[in-house]
Amino acid sequence: MIYDVAIIGAGTVGCAIFRRLCLGGARTILLEKGADILCGASKGNSAMLHTGYDGMPDSLELACVRAGYAEYMEIHRHLNLPLLETGGLLVAWNEAEAARLPAILAEAQRNGLTDVYDIDAAELRRREPHLGPDALAAVVIPGEHIIDPWSPSLAYVLQGIAHRGEVRRRCAVTGGDRMATGWRLATSSGAVEAGIVVNAAGNYGDLVEAIARPSPFHVRPRKGQFVVFDKPAARLIRSSILPVPTERTKGVMVVRTAFGNLIVGPTAEDQDDRADASVDAAQLAALIDKGCRILPTLAQETVTATYAGLRPATQFKDYQIEALPDRNWITVGGIRSTGLTGALGIAQHVAGLYTRHFGQLATNQPPIWTTVPNIAEHLPRPYQQPGYGEIVCHCELVTRTEIESALAGPLPAGDLGGLKRRTRCMMGRCQGFYCSARVTELAAGRLSDLPAGKAA
Amino acid sequence: MTHDVVIVGGGPAGLSAARRLAVSGIRDVVVLERESEAGGIPRHCGHTGFGIGQFLALPMTGPTYARRLVEATHGIEIRTRATVTAIQPGGRVHVTDPETGPTIVTGRCVLLATGIRETPRSARLVSGARPWGVTTTGALQQFVYLKHAKPFSRIVVVGTELVSFSALLTARHAGITVAAMLEEGERITARRPGDWIARRVFGVPVLTRTKLVAIRGLDRVEGVELERAGHRETIACDGVVFTGRFQPETAILRGSSITLDPGTGGPAIDQYFRCSDLQIFAAGNLLRPVETSGLCWAEGRVVAANMILSLQSKLPEATPAVPVTYAAPLKYVYPQRITGEMGVAGPMPPLRARVSRAARGRLRLLVDGRELWSHRVKLLPERRITIPTDRLPPVGAQSIHVELIED
Repeated sequence: MIYDVAIIGAGTVGCAIFRRLCLGGARTILLEKGADILCGASKGNSAMLHTGYDGMPDSLELACVRAGYAEYMEIHRHLNLPLLETGGLLVAWNEAEAARLPAILAEAQRNGLTDVYDIDAAELRRREPHLGPDALAAVVIPGEHIIDPWSPSLAYVLQGIAHRGEVRRRCAVTGGDRMATGWRLATSSGAVEAGIVVNAAGNYGDLVEAIARPSPFHVRPRKGQFVVFDKPAARLIRSSILPVPTERTKGVMVVRTAFGNLIVGPTAEDQDDRADASVDAAQLAALIDKGCRILPTLAQETVTATYAGLRPATQFKDYQIEALPDRNWITVGGIRSTGLTGALGIAQHVAGLYTRHFGQLATNQPPIWTTVPNIAEHLPRPYQQPGYGEIVCHCELVTRTEIESALAGPLPAGDLGGLKRRTRCMMGRCQGFYCSARVTELAAGRLSDLPAGKAA
Repeated sequence: MTHDVVIVGGGPAGLSAARRLAVSGIRDVVVLERESEAGGIPRHCGHTGFGIGQFLALPMTGPTYARRLVEATHGIEIRTRATVTAIQPGGRVHVTDPETGPTIVTGRCVLLATGIRETPRSARLVSGARPWGVTTTGALQQFVYLKHAKPFSRIVVVGTELVSFSALLTARHAGITVAAMLEEGERITARRPGDWIARRVFGVPVLTRTKLVAIRGLDRVEGVELERAGHRETIACDGVVFTGRFQPETAILRGSSITLDPGTGGPAIDQYFRCSDLQIFAAGNLLRPVETSGLCWAEGRVVAANMILSLQSKLPEATPAVPVTYAAPLKYVYPQRITGEMGVAGPMPPLRARVSRAARGRLRLLVDGRELWSHRVKLLPERRITIPTDRLPPVGAQSIHVELIED
């Protein structure tokens, strides 16, 4: 079998490109070295649906974020993907920050956001009474919303599979040879032949790029740590509380999650290691401290979880996306923190590059709408329906049926992380105190990373 | 549907209350238990030492004790797999059930007995990787005793509370090597012989003044990094078990109007075990971290008697109420308030307290600024402190205060 396209990397970007190409009728295979999709940079994202209010004007990133936002709004209901409409408040905490708000407002308007406006301290306090006393003013970004950080990518892949796409996990691409018809990729699970290769390898993007050419960009992962507070903390805010950004990072925000929690983060720490998403006690404590300055009553709330994500930063600010027509290759690199929103827009852009340089994509094929189970808290969940059988995870109210479905179907969970991302089991306040043994029992023999040993 | 009593949680406290209600002729009682078996934490404590003084038998294992608790409820309805999601005023308990989905069960009295859980790694803000193999004693026990699995071959146990030694027993039962037991303080938190038993009986090195710096490993735990006496060292292991630092399981109370005590982490109660909503009672380890199953069982009996009085409208109104205050190093004292005239409805329970650090001195009970009781004490964290209340005046006090005058 010679595929039209092989995509390397099943992060959120690879998954969205896979969907788009499959919808266009290209015979596409998605190759992932991990045991499941989303096990690299994408697993630790902040779950925000960005408007692009602070995007670099005329950048590809901004164009992709705007297009991705619009497409998410169009398709999320068809795929049963949640949208938690919070809006965002970009808050100034001192005079210097307040002085920058007009420029931020103007930039957002220039970036195409017609609904942004500013509010004074009194109005800010009326909207967010729990904010700390130093909050001076804010820019309101009504379209800045929250989504599920993982289910969209799963939905994209499932729709791609419905359109005859193939996914191969535990399949690390180790090299490639140019053939007359395209590429013969060497992988840990045999050779894969494809006309075109799309490099969506995230934190390994420059290493994979070296198969086609000396990589013009170098990935230096930027780690972002987050603290997740228990669900009662989510009542403290209505909108996402965003900081006035600095040159280097968007800064620390306080946002709700689709699962009913509240998160504080991220940090921004450059590192060389591409896999080590360790958390650090001092940084986490500093985040909590920062969170408590933003929301003083947060000090009384409890921490549910901590995590870190590695964003594939490069020496460039913008996305590194280009087609190499003479090498049958499309590079999709340097997708930093905006990847979750940008993914659908990136996929549109990549589809454009594909049709311009390599082949046709059908535009008139009606899409098959596959749905994913809802795990967001503000929408109906299985435990609220009669006949659900058994609640396995008490903190997140995950039923046995949900766990069993996540272990079945066209793309069953590949490891425990994948199962957790599909169902939320073990991700609540007790972190598996009550349910890890039961979850392990249900998943026994189906997830390779779980121990199956019996006591003597 | 309205019951006389709705009990949330089928562990030692809840089941003991159910039994006592049944024995007293109150049979319109339902126990809501979210697991598929009632019995609570003892279900997965495979070691012996349970039921002393409660059943006419020798000490038994946790699972046996859990079965005995269930049998002893004399046919009171125990609805398992019934998950309570919220508590509302008027004794309205939101419960979701596998067959019916969400419903509301109302109790003229509601007893909260949802117990405790250990603080997991995440809430302790421990540095390092987040691989599979980082767990708690409770989860380890469930693997070993309920699922007969051996999830690890070599673990490091973090903490030296009583439960930490339970983790050692669990590991030994499953044939898991314990590479080390870690304690940041100068001495172990549990009673002294624990230290000796750990070393001699289990051959486990107990490392005091040792801090867990980071967890290592990508997919699975590969080791822990420690700091002892200014030196860093690494211990290889495939599991890390965080033990103790119990916290009351108050998730269903968080959105409710019921007042929580920041000191205990549980609901604030009066001497009748009533929460700020007088229709709602609480007992067992939900009240505080952490007591033995035997004490929880005893509280269940007392709270049942109080609920019977409440059903007969024989308990005092919410006011007047006197708050019980305290000062550091005490970290909590409960009951948190005394309502009405003391002793009208049976004996007054003692005040119970804990300290946040080791301290010695004179522990005093002051009423309206006057010392009513004092005792020379040597106090350690995680040890029960009991303050007798028989000298409290029956009526008319304005303030009740507990303090330690340190040496």
